[in-house]
Order: sequence, then C-alpha cells, then structure tokens
Amino acid sequence: MSTVRFAGVSRRFLEITALHPTDLEVRDGEFLTLLGPSGSGKTTLLTICAGYLPPSGGRLFVGGRDVTDLAPRHRNIGMVFQNYALFPHMTVFENVAYGLRVRRVAAQELARRVGEALRMVQLDGFADRPVPMLSGGQQQRVALARAMVIEPDILLMDEPLGALDRQLRKEVQLEIRRMHVARPRTTIYVTHDQEEALVMSDRIAVMRAGRIVQAGSGRDLYERPADAFVARFLGESNLVAGTVQSLGDGRAVLAAPGIARPIAGRAAPGLAAGARAAALIRPEALRPEAGGLSARIVERVYLGELAALRLVLEGGHELWCRCFSAAAPGEDKVEIGWDATAVSILPEVNEP
Amino acid sequence: MSAAQNAPGKPASGTPAAAAFATLFLLLPAGLVLGAAFLLPLARLFGLSGSMPAGVLAPYLELLGDDVYRKVFFNTVFFAIVVTAVTLVLGYPLALALARMRAGWRALFLLAVLMPLWISVLVRTFSWMLLLERNGPINRALIASGLTDTPMSLLFNKTGVLIGMVHVLLPYAVLPIFGAILRIDPALLRASEGLGAPRHVTFRRVLLPLSMRGVATAATFVFLLSLGFFITPALLGGASEITLSMLVENLVNERLAWPLAAAASVILLALTLALLAVAGRFLSPAAVAGVGR
Repeated sequence: MSTVRFAGVSRRFLEITALHPTDLEVRDGEFLTLLGPSGSGKTTLLTICAGYLPPSGGRLFVGGRDVTDLAPRHRNIGMVFQNYALFPHMTVFENVAYGLRVRRVAAQELARRVGEALRMVQLDGFADRPVPMLSGGQQQRVALARAMVIEPDILLMDEPLGALDRQLRKEVQLEIRRMHVARPRTTIYVTHDQEEALVMSDRIAVMRAGRIVQAGSGRDLYERPADAFVARFLGESNLVAGTVQSLGDGRAVLAAPGIARPIAGRAAPGLAAGARAAALIRPEALRPEAGGLSARIVERVYLGELAALRLVLEGGHELWCRCFSAAAPGEDKVEIGWDATAVSILPEVNEP
Repeated sequence: MSAAQNAPGKPASGTPAAAAFATLFLLLPAGLVLGAAFLLPLARLFGLSGSMPAGVLAPYLELLGDDVYRKVFFNTVFFAIVVTAVTLVLGYPLALALARMRAGWRALFLLAVLMPLWISVLVRTFSWMLLLERNGPINRALIASGLTDTPMSLLFNKTGVLIGMVHVLLPYAVLPIFGAILRIDPALLRASEGLGAPRHVTFRRVLLPLSMRGVATAATFVFLLSLGFFITPALLGGASEITLSMLVENLVNERLAWPLAAAASVILLALTLALLAVAGRFLSPAAVAGVGR
C-alpha cells in the first residue's frame, strides 16, 4: 500500500511561507496532479514528498508509515526531474541501471529489467548510446525508465514535459497515461499546464499562493470550480462581476450591472446574499437564442474545428463564445443566451 | 543572389578571405610582441645550444650522459610528480568544501585560497624558511607537543622543497577542480540520492567522474609549473636538491656555460611541450564544454 498522506505539512523559507499547512491524501495507485502557477508551492510539496526538503511543520505518511525524517535514499521513490538530470557520463543503459546497481541487483536480472524498462518507453536499441546524443524527447523517456525500473512506491514528476515541443508533449502525455492505466502506481505530478493535468490525472489539486484551493477530478474542477481562480486556471472562462441577489438550495442568482436579466447558476460554497460575486459562463455554454441578449460579434478567431467569437453586449460586457466553425453565425448582430445548468456563481477572490 | 547578400546579421565582409584577413589583423599586435620577445630569443637559444665546437648534439649528450645531471632531471620530475599528487589530494576536498558552501562563506574562503597568489613567491618562500628552521615555530611546537624529542630537519632537503612547492601551487589545483564541481548540476546528485545511492556511491559514481576534467586541468597546471619552478626549490632545497631551472641558472651565472644552459632549457621546453600535447587530448575546449551538459 502506497497511500501518501500529507498531514499539516508546511514550509517556510526565512520569512516567506512557500507552503501553508496542507492536508492531502493520494490514494494507492492514484495519479494526482498538483496544478498551479509558478510560486504556488507545488514543487515545494513535491520536493518535501521526495525528501529533498524537510517540512517546517507537519508529518508525511507513506502507506501509514511516518517517513518525515527518512532520507530520500530510503524512501524508494522514482523521481523525474524537470531537466531530467540524467548522468551525462553514462550510457542510456547505465543511467537506467543506476538504481538497480545501487540495490545490488544481480547482473542477469539487472539486464532483463533494464531491457524491459527501455522497451516500455520504446527505447530498445538505444541502450549503448551516450545520453548527451539523445533528443529531448528521448532523454525524457530515459528519465522515466530510470525512475520506473526500481519499482518505486511513489512516482514523482516535476514538470517533466516542460522542455518538449507541443506535439511531442501531447504524445508523451498519452504515453504516460497509458503506462499508468496498465500499471497503476501512486503518482504525484507537478505542472502549470492545465491540458496536461486534464489528460493524465485521476485527480487534480489546484494550488495558489502556498495552498491547495481545490482538489477533485478534472470534471469536478471544470464544472464546479470553487472560485474564480480555479475557473480561470482550468479552461477558458467568462467571468461577470455582480452581487448575489438570492441564494438557496445550492443555487444563486446574480445581478450584474449592465445585463438586463439576472444570471442564475450553481452556488459555489462561500457565497453570501448581498455580497459581491462573479458568474462563470464557459464559452461553450453561450449560444444564439432568439429573444436573448443582443450582442455584436467584434472578433472572430478561427481555431480549425472550433471558432472563438468575441461578443460585446449592449451594456458593454465582453464575452468569449466558442462554437463549431460550421455553426458560427454569419452576421455580426446576434441574440445570445446560455445553458443555465452550466453556469456557476463564484465567490470573489483577490488576485495576487 | 541579392537576397542572400542583404541578409540581416551578416557582416559586410562576409567572404572567407576577408574574414581570414580580419582575423590576421587582430592577431598582428600580439604576434609581433610574441615574435620579438619570445620566438626570436627561443631561436637564439637553439642556436646557442648547437654552438659547441664538439658538435650540435654535444651539450645534449653531456647533459644526458652525466650522473650528476641525470640526478637533476630525476629531481625535477620527482618533485613535479609528488607535488602534483599532494596538491590534488589536498586540493580536491578543499574544492569540494568550497563548492558546497553558502555564497557568503564561499567568498571568504575563496579569498583565503586566492590571497597567497597576490603575495610574491619570494616573500612566501622566505616565510617558510623562518617557519621550517631548526629552531623555528614548527619544530618548537613539535617538541612541545611531545611528538619528537629532537628538532626535525625540514629545511634544505626534499621535505622543505615539497612543503614550499605544495603551498605555492595549491591554489592552481583548487581552482580548476572547484570550477568543475560547480558546473555539475546539483539535480544529478539529488537524482543519485533518490535512486537509493549512499553518499560515498554518489561521490564515486557521479561527482568524481564529472569533476575529472577539473582534476586533469589541475594536474596539468601544477605539473607544468612544478617542472619550471625556481625560487622555492632554490631557497628551501639548497645545494643538495638541484632542479633543472636551478641548473640552468648555475650554468649561466656560475660557469658561463651558455651552450649547456641553452640545451638544458631546450630539454625543459621539450618536456613541457610533450606533456601539454598529452594533456591537450583530455583538455580540448569541446570536451570540457560537453561535460557540463
């Protein structure tokens, strides 16, 4: 069992708090992504989990065992570093074999397991190459094989795809996902890329200013964000500011100045009647509607199958709409409405 | 193609011939100085060494055939080897400690390593003479501590020369090793540790191999400088520990045997060049750059 549990784990650097006391549980075999902008504390949390950084407070448990004071080399972790940290003076084979040699695995089994790991990342035939001769994508896969071959209890990855170009990144995302599904292993993955988080994770923890703001499945976060920060971080969003008119039964109605009709939607926790709030209307929830709000299309962005339209309402509000290119309205004067079940009313957060 | 000629970022004199001319022009001042002050005297030295009536090779044969001279060659190489070995053994841990220090402490200790380089070798060597004397502070401390009853002879023998040379040359060993260690990505050490390696394994399999170019540079520096060292062995070694550079001085100033002195110089130069050629194979700029990645 390799459940990871952070219990009130925090970290200060001099007077700066990088991580506020944080509770988080990663289930056995779960792929959890820490998602957030730089400086949100996600790498700090990962580094504490690896054991490279002692927490200022709190305890860390793996499989129920307190590992807070355990040195990294006793934790049986597989770590993939941001720039891979491959040993430049060794071949691909020696890099992957490193953890097994340290564990004194016999030569025959070592060769078998390294071969297996290289096959898994589709690098068989590359065993004798010196590492500096490989491309970025190949190095990334060597790093993955090196971390996996030791059969770690936990796999930790710190923005491992950051250096790859977009196309390659998408391929590797799916590869990592497939490997995880084939052989689930407790994984903590750090990224600032929302798409990466959505593609790979069982669960995502969104971090901001040293705290976990919300944790849940990608769908949870996208459809029921806790606040405007999460809404903005995952997917495109239109946020309309206003005051809460009525509240009850998990629903809320927002009065927005400049918009004739009140906006009803799901109420996020932390709302109060009369308080300032924001309505989240996803671009794909907007649609033409006879008798709806009149708007003008001021910009059209062609994205291939989809088109993004910038709309200006009569009251001056600006909304982005996304629809299939083929279904985009031809004329610039439109009447629009939205799917009320896809709207959330969110408490306001002060952006840092 | 006119488009190519107007390509931005290309210097006006883009042809290879013009580029070569520009390079030559830039090298000219240094080349003139080097030619007048180094190459001409060197040629004259060669000429001198071949000016004995007995023949061109006579001074070389005399130097290489005589037991006394052979002992001088042996001494020179012996000091160079021992000094190189000792400075590496002392310098590596020092460089490692420096590389691991916090920035503030590092600046202070780096200063301590560099400071001796700003003081004349002569002054430093005289200081060692005072320290190593029969009744000097080191011998007094040794006797007071009970480690020895009679004063040890630390001066005018191999011990004195080695102590002095190691001291003078230590910074030349520390700095290249320090630089090489500093260039190693700390993530590599963390990766090794995360993969389960104890510290000594990380040192042996990651840190040491990745800093070997620094060690090779340090060894080359110290060895070459040792070969031509003069002041320190002359003052601390005295008449019994003659090195090649002392021999040259003696041949010129005492015996006025210019051809012999020139031949000895040429031998020292040949020895140095041969070593540089060997070391150059390990120290090519491309190879050095390739390690830091």
